[in-house]
Amino acid sequence: MTLAPAIAASPGERRASTFGGNLGAMALREYREALSSRWFVLYSIAFVALGLGVSYLSAASSGAAGVSGFGRTSAGLINLVILVVPLMAMTAGAGTIASDRERGMLAYLLAQPVSRLEVLLGKYAGLAGALLTSICLGFGVCAAVLAGKGGGAGASQFGVLVGLTFMLALSTLGVGVLISVLARKASVATGTAVFAWLALVFFSDLGMMAGTLAWRMRVQSLFGMALCNPCQVFKMWSLNTVDASLDVLGPAGMYATDTFDRWLPWMFGAALGAWIVLPLCAAAMAFNRRSPI
Amino acid sequence: MIRIENVHKRFGRFTALNGVDLAVEQGESLALWGINGAGKSTLIRCVLGLIRFEGRVTICGVDVQRDGKAARALIGYVPQELGFYDDLRVADAVRFFARLRGLRRVDSGSTLGRVDLAGHERKRVRELSGGMKQRLALAISLLGDPPVLVLDEVTASLDAAGREEFVGLLGGLRSGGRTLLFASHRPEEVLSLASRVAMMKEGRVERLCAPDSLPGKPRTVHSIKIRLAPPHAGRARAAIDLLVAGGFEARMNGVGLVVRVDEHRKAIPVRLLADARIAVDDFELLSAEQASACKEGHP
Repeated sequence: MTLAPAIAASPGERRASTFGGNLGAMALREYREALSSRWFVLYSIAFVALGLGVSYLSAASSGAAGVSGFGRTSAGLINLVILVVPLMAMTAGAGTIASDRERGMLAYLLAQPVSRLEVLLGKYAGLAGALLTSICLGFGVCAAVLAGKGGGAGASQFGVLVGLTFMLALSTLGVGVLISVLARKASVATGTAVFAWLALVFFSDLGMMAGTLAWRMRVQSLFGMALCNPCQVFKMWSLNTVDASLDVLGPAGMYATDTFDRWLPWMFGAALGAWIVLPLCAAAMAFNRRSPI
Repeated sequence: MIRIENVHKRFGRFTALNGVDLAVEQGESLALWGINGAGKSTLIRCVLGLIRFEGRVTICGVDVQRDGKAARALIGYVPQELGFYDDLRVADAVRFFARLRGLRRVDSGSTLGRVDLAGHERKRVRELSGGMKQRLALAISLLGDPPVLVLDEVTASLDAAGREEFVGLLGGLRSGGRTLLFASHRPEEVLSLASRVAMMKEGRVERLCAPDSLPGKPRTVHSIKIRLAPPHAGRARAAIDLLVAGGFEARMNGVGLVVRVDEHRKAIPVRLLADARIAVDDFELLSAEQASACKEGHP
Protein backbone atom coordinates (compact mmCIF):
# COMPACT_ATOMS: atom_id res chain seq x y z
CA MET A 1 0.00 0.00 0.00
CA THR A 2 1.48 3.31 -1.00
CA LEU A 3 -1.37 5.49 0.02
CA ALA A 4 -0.11 7.26 3.08
CA PRO A 5 1.46 10.31 1.48
CA ALA A 6 -1.30 10.67 -1.07
CA ILE A 7 -4.15 10.18 1.34
CA ALA A 8 -2.89 12.91 3.62
CA ALA A 9 -4.51 15.52 1.42
CA SER A 10 -7.99 14.38 0.55
CA PRO A 11 -9.39 16.19 -2.44
CA GLY A 12 -12.10 18.72 -1.94
CA GLU A 13 -12.43 22.39 -1.38
CA ARG A 14 -12.71 22.95 2.34
CA ARG A 15 -15.02 25.40 4.04
CA ALA A 16 -16.46 25.64 7.52
CA SER A 17 -19.13 23.06 8.23
CA THR A 18 -22.24 25.23 8.71
CA PHE A 19 -25.52 24.65 10.53
CA GLY A 20 -27.50 25.05 7.32
CA GLY A 21 -25.14 22.88 5.29
CA ASN A 22 -25.21 20.02 7.76
CA LEU A 23 -28.95 20.32 8.25
CA GLY A 24 -29.45 20.27 4.48
CA ALA A 25 -27.22 17.22 4.05
CA MET A 26 -29.06 15.35 6.79
CA ALA A 27 -32.46 16.38 5.47
CA LEU A 28 -31.67 15.32 1.91
CA ARG A 29 -30.35 11.97 3.09
CA GLU A 30 -33.45 11.36 5.26
CA TYR A 31 -35.79 12.51 2.49
CA ARG A 32 -34.28 10.06 0.00
CA GLU A 33 -34.31 7.22 2.49
CA ALA A 34 -37.96 7.88 3.40
CA LEU A 35 -39.08 8.04 -0.20
CA SER A 36 -37.36 4.76 -1.00
CA SER A 37 -39.06 3.09 1.98
CA ARG A 38 -41.77 0.68 0.91
CA TRP A 39 -43.94 1.80 3.82
CA PHE A 40 -43.99 5.34 2.56
CA VAL A 41 -44.89 4.20 -0.94
CA LEU A 42 -47.66 1.98 0.41
CA TYR A 43 -49.06 4.75 2.61
CA SER A 44 -49.05 7.15 -0.34
CA ILE A 45 -50.80 4.69 -2.64
CA ALA A 46 -53.36 3.92 0.08
CA PHE A 47 -53.94 7.62 0.65
CA VAL A 48 -54.58 8.27 -3.05
CA ALA A 49 -56.88 5.25 -3.37
CA LEU A 50 -58.85 6.09 -0.22
CA GLY A 51 -59.10 9.75 -1.24
CA LEU A 52 -60.63 8.82 -4.58
CA GLY A 53 -62.90 6.32 -2.81
CA VAL A 54 -64.11 9.02 -0.39
CA SER A 55 -64.85 11.28 -3.34
CA TYR A 56 -66.98 8.60 -5.02
CA LEU A 57 -68.78 7.80 -1.75
CA SER A 58 -69.48 11.50 -1.12
CA ALA A 59 -71.09 11.73 -4.54
CA ALA A 60 -73.06 8.51 -4.01
CA SER A 61 -74.42 9.77 -0.68
CA SER A 62 -75.78 12.83 -2.42
CA GLY A 63 -77.46 10.67 -5.05
CA ALA A 64 -75.07 11.62 -7.83
CA ALA A 65 -72.89 9.30 -9.90
CA GLY A 66 -69.10 9.58 -10.26
CA VAL A 67 -66.92 11.80 -8.11
CA SER A 68 -68.32 14.69 -6.04
CA GLY A 69 -66.96 18.25 -5.95
CA PHE A 70 -64.10 19.70 -3.90
CA GLY A 71 -66.33 20.81 -0.99
CA ARG A 72 -67.94 17.45 -0.29
CA THR A 73 -64.69 15.60 -0.89
CA SER A 74 -62.87 17.92 1.55
CA ALA A 75 -65.42 17.16 4.26
CA GLY A 76 -65.15 13.44 3.55
CA LEU A 77 -61.36 13.53 3.53
CA ILE A 78 -61.09 15.00 7.04
CA ASN A 79 -61.70 11.67 8.78
CA LEU A 80 -59.46 9.87 6.34
CA VAL A 81 -56.63 12.32 7.03
CA ILE A 82 -57.04 11.90 10.79
CA LEU A 83 -56.57 8.15 10.38
CA VAL A 84 -53.84 7.90 7.78
CA VAL A 85 -51.57 10.94 8.18
CA PRO A 86 -50.75 10.67 11.92
CA LEU A 87 -50.03 6.95 11.50
CA MET A 88 -47.71 7.67 8.60
CA ALA A 89 -45.95 10.56 10.37
CA MET A 90 -45.61 8.95 13.77
CA THR A 91 -44.24 5.64 12.51
CA ALA A 92 -41.81 7.45 10.20
CA GLY A 93 -40.64 9.69 13.04
CA ALA A 94 -40.41 6.80 15.49
CA GLY A 95 -38.05 4.88 13.22
CA THR A 96 -35.60 7.63 12.47
CA ILE A 97 -33.32 7.96 15.53
CA ALA A 98 -34.02 4.60 17.18
CA SER A 99 -33.11 2.56 14.11
CA ASP A 100 -29.89 4.54 13.59
CA ARG A 101 -29.00 3.97 17.24
CA GLU A 102 -29.74 0.27 16.95
CA ARG A 103 -27.50 -0.29 13.92
CA GLY A 104 -24.66 1.80 15.36
CA MET A 105 -25.09 4.50 12.76
CA LEU A 106 -26.04 7.22 15.23
CA ALA A 107 -22.75 7.10 17.15
CA TYR A 108 -20.82 7.17 13.88
CA LEU A 109 -22.90 10.10 12.63
CA LEU A 110 -22.41 12.07 15.84
CA ALA A 111 -18.66 11.40 15.69
CA GLN A 112 -18.63 13.64 12.62
CA PRO A 113 -18.40 17.44 12.91
CA VAL A 114 -22.15 17.86 13.36
CA SER A 115 -24.19 19.02 16.33
CA ARG A 116 -27.01 16.94 17.75
CA LEU A 117 -29.48 19.68 16.88
CA GLU A 118 -28.37 19.57 13.24
CA VAL A 119 -28.88 15.81 13.13
CA LEU A 120 -32.31 15.96 14.80
CA LEU A 121 -33.64 18.91 12.81
CA GLY A 122 -32.14 17.53 9.61
CA LYS A 123 -33.90 14.23 10.08
CA TYR A 124 -37.14 16.01 11.00
CA ALA A 125 -36.92 18.27 7.95
CA GLY A 126 -36.19 15.35 5.63
CA LEU A 127 -39.14 13.36 6.93
CA ALA A 128 -41.36 16.44 6.79
CA GLY A 129 -40.38 16.86 3.14
CA ALA A 130 -41.19 13.23 2.42
CA LEU A 131 -44.57 13.57 4.16
CA LEU A 132 -45.32 16.75 2.22
CA THR A 133 -44.47 14.92 -1.00
CA SER A 134 -46.77 12.07 -0.08
CA ILE A 135 -49.60 14.39 1.00
CA CYS A 136 -49.29 16.50 -2.14
CA LEU A 137 -49.29 13.35 -4.23
CA GLY A 138 -52.39 11.99 -2.50
CA PHE A 139 -54.34 15.24 -2.58
CA GLY A 140 -52.94 16.14 -6.00
CA VAL A 141 -54.29 13.02 -7.69
CA CYS A 142 -57.69 13.59 -6.02
CA ALA A 143 -57.65 17.24 -7.07
CA ALA A 144 -56.78 16.38 -10.65
CA VAL A 145 -59.61 13.86 -10.87
CA LEU A 146 -62.08 16.24 -9.17
CA ALA A 147 -61.10 19.17 -11.36
CA GLY A 148 -61.44 17.02 -14.46
CA LYS A 149 -64.90 15.77 -13.50
CA GLY A 150 -66.59 18.50 -11.52
CA GLY A 151 -64.97 21.90 -12.04
CA GLY A 152 -63.17 24.06 -9.50
CA ALA A 153 -65.89 24.96 -6.97
CA GLY A 154 -64.63 24.57 -3.39
CA ALA A 155 -61.02 24.25 -4.53
CA SER A 156 -59.86 26.86 -2.01
CA GLN A 157 -61.30 24.80 0.88
CA PHE A 158 -59.52 21.81 -0.55
CA GLY A 159 -56.28 23.81 -0.63
CA VAL A 160 -56.70 24.87 3.01
CA LEU A 161 -57.30 21.23 3.92
CA VAL A 162 -53.97 20.32 2.31
CA GLY A 163 -52.24 22.98 4.44
CA LEU A 164 -53.94 21.80 7.63
CA THR A 165 -53.07 18.21 6.80
CA PHE A 166 -49.44 19.20 6.52
CA MET A 167 -49.61 20.91 9.92
CA LEU A 168 -51.13 17.76 11.41
CA ALA A 169 -48.33 15.74 9.81
CA LEU A 170 -45.68 18.04 11.30
CA SER A 171 -47.17 17.85 14.78
CA THR A 172 -47.51 14.07 14.85
CA LEU A 173 -44.09 13.70 13.23
CA GLY A 174 -42.66 15.61 16.21
CA VAL A 175 -44.35 13.18 18.58
CA GLY A 176 -42.89 10.27 16.58
CA VAL A 177 -39.38 11.77 16.70
CA LEU A 178 -39.70 12.30 20.47
CA ILE A 179 -40.66 8.63 20.87
CA SER A 180 -37.69 7.66 18.68
CA VAL A 181 -35.25 9.65 20.82
CA LEU A 182 -36.55 8.08 24.03
CA ALA A 183 -36.78 4.47 22.81
CA ARG A 184 -33.75 2.18 22.89
CA LYS A 185 -34.94 -0.09 20.09
CA ALA A 186 -36.63 0.60 16.77
CA SER A 187 -39.28 -2.04 17.43
CA VAL A 188 -40.16 -0.46 20.78
CA ALA A 189 -40.33 2.97 19.14
CA THR A 190 -42.66 1.75 16.39
CA GLY A 191 -44.90 -0.07 18.87
CA THR A 192 -45.10 2.99 21.09
CA ALA A 193 -45.87 5.18 18.08
CA VAL A 194 -48.75 2.92 17.03
CA PHE A 195 -50.11 2.98 20.58
CA ALA A 196 -49.81 6.79 20.69
CA TRP A 197 -51.62 6.98 17.33
CA LEU A 198 -54.42 4.82 18.73
CA ALA A 199 -54.60 7.07 21.79
CA LEU A 200 -54.78 10.24 19.69
CA VAL A 201 -57.19 8.95 17.07
CA PHE A 202 -59.52 6.55 18.83
CA PHE A 203 -59.18 6.73 22.59
CA SER A 204 -59.53 10.51 22.66
CA ASP A 205 -62.96 10.40 21.03
CA LEU A 206 -64.09 7.50 23.19
CA GLY A 207 -62.49 9.06 26.26
CA MET A 208 -64.30 12.31 25.73
CA MET A 209 -67.58 10.49 25.32
CA ALA A 210 -66.93 8.49 28.48
CA GLY A 211 -65.89 11.61 30.36
CA THR A 212 -69.02 13.41 29.30
CA LEU A 213 -71.20 10.59 30.59
CA ALA A 214 -69.29 9.64 33.71
CA TRP A 215 -68.21 13.00 35.04
CA ARG A 216 -70.87 15.16 33.38
CA MET A 217 -68.16 17.32 31.90
CA ARG A 218 -69.06 20.83 30.97
CA VAL A 219 -68.80 21.91 27.34
CA GLN A 220 -65.93 24.25 28.21
CA SER A 221 -63.94 21.31 29.58
CA LEU A 222 -64.80 19.19 26.55
CA PHE A 223 -63.59 21.92 24.20
CA GLY A 224 -60.45 22.40 26.30
CA MET A 225 -59.73 18.66 26.14
CA ALA A 226 -60.20 18.67 22.39
CA LEU A 227 -57.59 21.42 22.06
CA CYS A 228 -55.10 19.10 23.78
CA ASN A 229 -55.26 16.60 20.91
CA PRO A 230 -53.73 17.59 17.55
CA CYS A 231 -56.12 15.29 15.68
CA GLN A 232 -59.14 16.95 17.32
CA VAL A 233 -57.69 20.40 16.61
CA PHE A 234 -57.21 19.44 12.98
CA LYS A 235 -60.76 18.10 12.81
CA MET A 236 -62.27 21.24 14.34
CA TRP A 237 -60.20 23.60 12.25
CA SER A 238 -60.97 21.72 9.03
CA LEU A 239 -64.72 21.57 9.76
CA ASN A 240 -64.64 25.24 10.65
CA THR A 241 -63.02 25.94 7.29
CA VAL A 242 -65.35 23.72 5.26
CA ASP A 243 -68.62 24.50 7.08
CA ALA A 244 -67.74 27.83 8.77
CA SER A 245 -69.28 26.32 11.91
CA LEU A 246 -68.59 23.62 14.47
CA ASP A 247 -72.23 22.81 15.10
CA VAL A 248 -71.72 19.35 13.63
CA LEU A 249 -69.59 18.53 16.71
CA GLY A 250 -72.53 19.01 19.06
CA PRO A 251 -72.73 21.15 22.21
CA ALA A 252 -68.95 21.64 22.54
CA GLY A 253 -68.75 22.77 18.93
CA MET A 254 -71.71 25.08 19.32
CA TYR A 255 -70.17 26.52 22.49
CA ALA A 256 -66.86 27.10 20.66
CA THR A 257 -68.57 28.80 17.71
CA ASP A 258 -70.72 30.99 19.94
CA THR A 259 -67.99 31.92 22.40
CA PHE A 260 -64.88 32.31 20.29
CA ASP A 261 -66.23 32.80 16.76
CA ARG A 262 -63.56 34.68 14.76
CA TRP A 263 -60.86 33.78 17.29
CA LEU A 264 -61.26 30.08 16.59
CA PRO A 265 -58.71 29.88 13.72
CA TRP A 266 -56.16 31.66 15.94
CA MET A 267 -56.83 29.24 18.80
CA PHE A 268 -56.54 26.24 16.51
CA GLY A 269 -53.39 27.65 14.92
CA ALA A 270 -51.80 28.24 18.33
CA ALA A 271 -52.78 24.75 19.54
CA LEU A 272 -51.46 22.98 16.42
CA GLY A 273 -48.38 25.24 16.41
CA ALA A 274 -47.68 24.25 20.00
CA TRP A 275 -48.08 20.59 19.00
CA ILE A 276 -45.47 21.13 16.28
CA VAL A 277 -42.96 23.01 18.44
CA LEU A 278 -43.23 21.41 21.88
CA PRO A 279 -42.60 17.72 21.00
CA LEU A 280 -39.70 18.81 18.81
CA CYS A 281 -38.20 20.88 21.64
CA ALA A 282 -38.67 17.98 24.04
CA ALA A 283 -37.02 15.65 21.51
CA ALA A 284 -34.07 18.05 21.09
CA MET A 285 -33.56 18.28 24.86
CA ALA A 286 -33.79 14.51 25.34
CA PHE A 287 -31.50 13.86 22.35
CA ASN A 288 -28.92 16.21 23.80
CA ARG A 289 -28.84 14.28 27.05
CA ARG A 290 -29.02 10.71 25.85
CA SER A 291 -26.08 8.59 24.82
CA PRO A 292 -26.10 7.65 21.12
CA ILE A 293 -24.94 4.13 21.96
CA MET B 1 -2.59 17.59 20.26
CA ILE B 2 -4.93 15.55 22.52
CA ARG B 3 -5.20 16.42 26.22
CA ILE B 4 -7.24 14.22 28.54
CA GLU B 5 -7.45 15.66 32.04
CA ASN B 6 -8.93 13.92 35.06
CA VAL B 7 -11.74 12.25 33.10
CA HIS B 8 -14.35 10.38 35.13
CA LYS B 9 -17.31 8.51 33.71
CA ARG B 10 -19.91 6.54 35.61
CA PHE B 11 -22.74 4.39 34.26
CA GLY B 12 -25.00 4.11 37.28
CA ARG B 13 -22.89 2.44 39.98
CA PHE B 14 -20.26 1.27 37.51
CA THR B 15 -17.22 3.49 37.19
CA ALA B 16 -16.02 3.19 33.60
CA LEU B 17 -13.32 5.87 33.82
CA ASN B 18 -11.73 6.90 37.07
CA GLY B 19 -9.50 9.94 36.69
CA VAL B 20 -7.79 9.37 33.36
CA ASP B 21 -4.98 11.76 32.44
CA LEU B 22 -3.26 11.42 29.09
CA ALA B 23 -1.54 13.59 26.54
CA VAL B 24 -0.86 12.66 22.93
CA GLU B 25 1.61 14.88 21.13
CA GLN B 26 1.56 15.77 17.46
CA GLY B 27 2.66 12.88 15.27
CA GLU B 28 2.53 10.47 18.19
CA SER B 29 0.65 7.19 18.11
CA LEU B 30 -0.81 6.14 21.43
CA ALA B 31 -2.35 2.71 21.89
CA LEU B 32 -4.96 2.07 24.56
CA TRP B 33 -4.34 -1.43 25.87
CA GLY B 34 -6.36 -3.44 28.32
CA ILE B 35 -8.91 -6.18 28.75
CA ASN B 36 -12.59 -5.73 27.87
CA GLY B 37 -14.18 -3.32 30.33
CA ALA B 38 -10.89 -1.56 31.05
CA GLY B 39 -12.38 1.68 29.70
CA LYS B 40 -10.73 1.96 26.28
CA SER B 41 -13.88 2.43 24.21
CA THR B 42 -15.46 4.69 26.84
CA LEU B 43 -12.38 6.91 26.72
CA ILE B 44 -12.59 7.06 22.93
CA ARG B 45 -16.28 8.06 23.18
CA CYS B 46 -15.27 10.82 25.58
CA VAL B 47 -12.58 12.04 23.17
CA LEU B 48 -15.21 12.17 20.41
CA GLY B 49 -17.64 13.99 22.70
CA LEU B 50 -20.23 11.26 22.22
CA ILE B 51 -20.96 10.90 25.94
CA ARG B 52 -20.98 13.34 28.84
CA PHE B 53 -18.22 13.02 31.39
CA GLU B 54 -16.49 14.83 34.22
CA GLY B 55 -13.09 16.29 33.44
CA ARG B 56 -11.74 17.84 30.28
CA VAL B 57 -10.68 16.64 26.84
CA THR B 58 -9.23 19.02 24.27
CA ILE B 59 -8.18 18.47 20.68
CA CYS B 60 -5.65 21.10 19.57
CA GLY B 61 -6.98 23.23 22.44
CA VAL B 62 -10.66 22.83 21.48
CA ASP B 63 -12.82 21.46 24.30
CA VAL B 64 -14.89 18.50 23.08
CA GLN B 65 -17.71 19.17 25.54
CA ARG B 66 -17.96 22.92 24.96
CA ASP B 67 -17.39 22.94 21.21
CA GLY B 68 -17.81 19.35 20.12
CA LYS B 69 -18.48 20.16 16.49
CA ALA B 70 -15.23 22.12 16.09
CA ALA B 71 -13.29 19.47 18.01
CA ARG B 72 -14.67 16.66 15.85
CA ALA B 73 -13.70 18.57 12.70
CA LEU B 74 -10.12 17.86 13.82
CA ILE B 75 -10.75 14.13 14.24
CA GLY B 76 -11.18 11.32 11.78
CA TYR B 77 -12.90 8.35 13.41
CA VAL B 78 -12.96 4.71 12.41
CA PRO B 79 -15.20 2.46 14.53
CA GLN B 80 -14.87 -1.26 15.17
CA GLU B 81 -17.61 -2.05 12.72
CA LEU B 82 -19.25 0.35 10.37
CA GLY B 83 -22.99 0.63 10.89
CA PHE B 84 -23.64 2.44 7.67
CA TYR B 85 -26.57 3.48 5.55
CA ASP B 86 -26.48 0.16 3.69
CA ASP B 87 -28.60 1.32 0.78
CA LEU B 88 -26.23 4.16 -0.09
CA ARG B 89 -23.87 3.82 -3.00
CA VAL B 90 -20.23 4.01 -1.95
CA ALA B 91 -19.61 7.27 -3.81
CA ASP B 92 -22.76 8.81 -2.31
CA ALA B 93 -21.60 7.81 1.17
CA VAL B 94 -18.31 9.63 0.57
CA ARG B 95 -20.16 12.70 -0.73
CA PHE B 96 -22.58 12.69 2.23
CA PHE B 97 -19.81 12.64 4.84
CA ALA B 98 -17.76 15.13 2.81
CA ARG B 99 -20.69 17.56 3.07
CA LEU B 100 -20.81 17.06 6.82
CA ARG B 101 -17.13 18.03 6.88
CA GLY B 102 -17.83 21.17 4.90
CA LEU B 103 -16.15 19.97 1.71
CA ARG B 104 -17.72 21.69 -1.26
CA ARG B 105 -16.48 19.27 -3.87
CA VAL B 106 -14.98 15.88 -3.41
CA ASP B 107 -13.56 13.52 -5.98
CA SER B 108 -14.98 10.29 -4.63
CA GLY B 109 -13.08 8.25 -7.21
CA SER B 110 -9.65 9.39 -6.11
CA THR B 111 -10.64 9.35 -2.42
CA LEU B 112 -11.69 5.73 -2.75
CA GLY B 113 -8.70 4.90 -4.95
CA ARG B 114 -6.40 5.74 -2.10
CA VAL B 115 -7.81 2.94 0.01
CA ASP B 116 -7.96 0.53 -2.91
CA LEU B 117 -11.71 0.90 -3.40
CA ALA B 118 -11.48 2.34 -6.90
CA GLY B 119 -14.09 0.77 -9.13
CA HIS B 120 -16.50 0.19 -6.24
CA GLU B 121 -18.13 3.63 -6.39
CA ARG B 122 -21.40 2.35 -7.81
CA LYS B 123 -21.76 -0.52 -5.35
CA ARG B 124 -24.17 -0.31 -2.45
CA VAL B 125 -22.45 -0.24 0.94
CA ARG B 126 -24.17 -3.51 1.87
CA GLU B 127 -22.38 -5.21 -1.03
CA LEU B 128 -18.94 -4.50 0.46
CA SER B 129 -17.03 -7.02 2.54
CA GLY B 130 -16.10 -6.24 6.15
CA GLY B 131 -12.58 -5.24 5.15
CA MET B 132 -13.83 -3.02 2.34
CA LYS B 133 -16.27 -1.31 4.70
CA GLN B 134 -13.41 -0.59 7.09
CA ARG B 135 -11.38 0.87 4.24
CA LEU B 136 -14.37 2.99 3.27
CA ALA B 137 -14.57 4.20 6.88
CA LEU B 138 -10.86 5.02 6.73
CA ALA B 139 -11.34 6.97 3.49
CA ILE B 140 -14.21 8.89 5.08
CA SER B 141 -12.21 9.55 8.25
CA LEU B 142 -9.51 11.20 6.15
CA LEU B 143 -11.88 13.55 4.33
CA GLY B 144 -10.87 17.11 5.06
CA ASP B 145 -7.45 15.96 6.21
CA PRO B 146 -8.02 15.92 10.00
CA PRO B 147 -4.78 15.95 12.04
CA VAL B 148 -6.00 13.31 14.51
CA LEU B 149 -7.21 9.78 13.81
CA VAL B 150 -9.16 7.91 16.47
CA LEU B 151 -9.58 4.18 15.93
CA ASP B 152 -11.60 1.82 18.08
CA GLU B 153 -10.50 -1.80 17.61
CA VAL B 154 -10.74 -1.32 13.88
CA THR B 155 -9.44 -4.74 12.91
CA ALA B 156 -11.49 -6.75 15.40
CA SER B 157 -13.95 -7.95 12.76
CA LEU B 158 -11.41 -8.53 9.97
CA ASP B 159 -9.75 -11.73 8.87
CA ALA B 160 -5.97 -12.11 8.98
CA ALA B 161 -5.39 -10.84 5.44
CA GLY B 162 -7.74 -7.90 5.88
CA ARG B 163 -6.10 -7.07 9.19
CA GLU B 164 -2.62 -7.07 7.73
CA GLU B 165 -3.73 -4.88 4.85
CA PHE B 166 -5.51 -2.42 7.14
CA VAL B 167 -2.62 -2.16 9.58
CA GLY B 168 -0.40 -1.50 6.56
CA LEU B 169 -2.63 1.44 5.63
CA LEU B 170 -2.51 2.82 9.14
CA GLY B 171 1.25 2.38 9.28
CA GLY B 172 1.52 4.53 6.18
CA LEU B 173 -0.60 7.22 7.79
CA ARG B 174 1.44 7.11 10.96
CA SER B 175 4.70 7.52 9.10
CA GLY B 176 3.06 10.41 7.25
CA GLY B 177 2.92 12.29 10.58
CA ARG B 178 -0.71 11.77 11.56
CA THR B 179 -1.52 11.67 15.28
CA LEU B 180 -3.15 8.37 16.20
CA LEU B 181 -5.13 7.33 19.25
CA PHE B 182 -6.30 3.76 19.02
CA ALA B 183 -7.65 0.93 21.09
CA SER B 184 -6.54 -2.57 20.27
CA HIS B 185 -6.44 -6.06 21.64
CA ARG B 186 -3.83 -7.21 19.19
CA PRO B 187 -0.19 -7.02 20.29
CA GLU B 188 1.11 -7.12 16.72
CA GLU B 189 -0.94 -4.03 15.89
CA VAL B 190 0.34 -2.17 18.92
CA LEU B 191 3.90 -3.16 18.11
CA SER B 192 3.70 -1.99 14.53
CA LEU B 193 1.64 1.18 15.05
CA ALA B 194 2.13 2.59 18.53
CA SER B 195 4.90 4.81 19.78
CA ARG B 196 3.53 4.57 23.34
CA VAL B 197 1.06 2.35 25.10
CA ALA B 198 -1.38 3.38 27.83
CA MET B 199 -2.09 0.29 29.91
CA MET B 200 -5.66 0.61 31.14
CA LYS B 201 -7.25 -1.31 33.98
CA GLU B 202 -10.57 -0.69 35.73
CA GLY B 203 -11.01 2.75 34.22
CA ARG B 204 -7.52 4.00 35.03
CA VAL B 205 -4.27 4.34 33.14
CA GLU B 206 -2.04 2.03 35.15
CA ARG B 207 1.12 3.02 33.35
CA LEU B 208 2.53 4.30 30.12
CA CYS B 209 5.12 2.16 28.43
CA ALA B 210 6.93 1.50 25.20
CA PRO B 211 5.30 -1.04 22.87
CA ASP B 212 8.28 -3.36 23.35
CA SER B 213 7.54 -3.74 27.04
CA LEU B 214 3.96 -4.72 26.47
CA PRO B 215 3.19 -7.67 28.74
CA GLY B 216 1.95 -10.62 26.82
CA LYS B 217 3.31 -9.31 23.55
CA PRO B 218 3.88 -12.18 21.20
CA ARG B 219 7.41 -13.48 21.02
CA THR B 220 8.53 -13.79 17.46
CA VAL B 221 10.43 -17.03 17.63
CA HIS B 222 12.54 -18.48 14.89
CA SER B 223 14.19 -21.84 14.56
CA ILE B 224 17.69 -22.02 13.20
CA LYS B 225 19.57 -25.11 12.14
CA ILE B 226 23.27 -25.13 12.95
CA ARG B 227 25.72 -27.52 11.29
CA LEU B 228 28.86 -28.02 13.32
CA ALA B 229 32.25 -28.33 11.60
CA PRO B 230 33.28 -32.00 11.12
CA PRO B 231 36.01 -32.20 13.83
CA HIS B 232 33.42 -31.11 16.36
CA ALA B 233 30.51 -33.21 15.14
CA GLY B 234 30.97 -35.48 18.11
CA ARG B 235 30.66 -32.54 20.47
CA ALA B 236 27.01 -31.97 19.64
CA ARG B 237 25.94 -32.99 23.13
CA ALA B 238 28.25 -30.43 24.68
CA ALA B 239 26.98 -27.80 22.24
CA ILE B 240 23.38 -28.49 23.25
CA ASP B 241 24.27 -28.25 26.95
CA LEU B 242 26.02 -24.96 26.27
CA LEU B 243 23.04 -23.49 24.41
CA VAL B 244 20.52 -24.69 27.00
CA ALA B 245 22.69 -23.12 29.70
CA GLY B 246 22.56 -19.91 27.62
CA GLY B 247 18.79 -19.93 27.78
CA PHE B 248 18.01 -21.50 24.43
CA GLU B 249 15.89 -24.46 23.53
CA ALA B 250 18.16 -26.74 21.50
CA ARG B 251 18.12 -30.33 20.31
CA MET B 252 19.83 -32.61 17.89
CA ASN B 253 18.38 -33.03 14.44
CA GLY B 254 20.19 -35.25 12.01
CA VAL B 255 23.67 -33.87 11.52
CA GLY B 256 22.91 -30.51 13.08
CA LEU B 257 21.28 -28.74 15.95
CA VAL B 258 17.93 -27.00 15.89
CA VAL B 259 17.77 -23.99 18.19
CA ARG B 260 14.77 -21.79 18.93
CA VAL B 261 15.67 -18.13 19.11
CA ASP B 262 13.85 -14.88 19.66
CA GLU B 263 13.74 -12.11 17.06
CA HIS B 264 16.91 -10.01 17.20
CA ARG B 265 18.91 -12.84 18.89
CA LYS B 266 19.43 -15.15 15.95
CA ALA B 267 23.26 -14.90 15.93
CA ILE B 268 23.73 -15.37 19.67
CA PRO B 269 23.84 -19.22 19.60
CA VAL B 270 26.51 -19.13 16.91
CA ARG B 271 28.53 -16.66 18.96
CA LEU B 272 28.16 -18.79 22.10
CA LEU B 273 29.47 -21.84 20.22
CA ALA B 274 32.33 -19.87 18.71
CA ASP B 275 33.31 -18.55 22.15
CA ALA B 276 33.43 -22.17 23.36
CA ARG B 277 35.61 -23.01 20.36
CA ILE B 278 32.95 -25.19 18.79
CA ALA B 279 33.23 -24.32 15.11
CA VAL B 280 30.13 -23.86 13.03
CA ASP B 281 30.20 -24.66 9.34
CA ASP B 282 26.81 -23.34 8.40
CA PHE B 283 23.48 -22.19 9.78
CA GLU B 284 20.10 -21.51 8.24
CA LEU B 285 16.82 -20.00 9.32
CA LEU B 286 14.05 -22.59 9.10
CA SER B 287 10.61 -21.84 7.80
CA ALA B 288 7.65 -22.64 10.04
CA GLU B 289 6.99 -25.82 8.05
CA GLN B 290 10.62 -26.91 8.25
CA ALA B 291 10.73 -26.22 11.97
CA SER B 292 7.54 -28.20 12.45
CA ALA B 293 8.96 -31.11 10.42
CA CYS B 294 12.13 -31.06 12.55
CA LYS B 295 10.03 -31.10 15.71
CA GLU B 296 8.30 -34.23 14.48
CA GLY B 297 11.67 -35.88 14.02
CA HIS B 298 12.22 -35.44 10.30
CA PRO B 299 15.72 -34.15 9.53
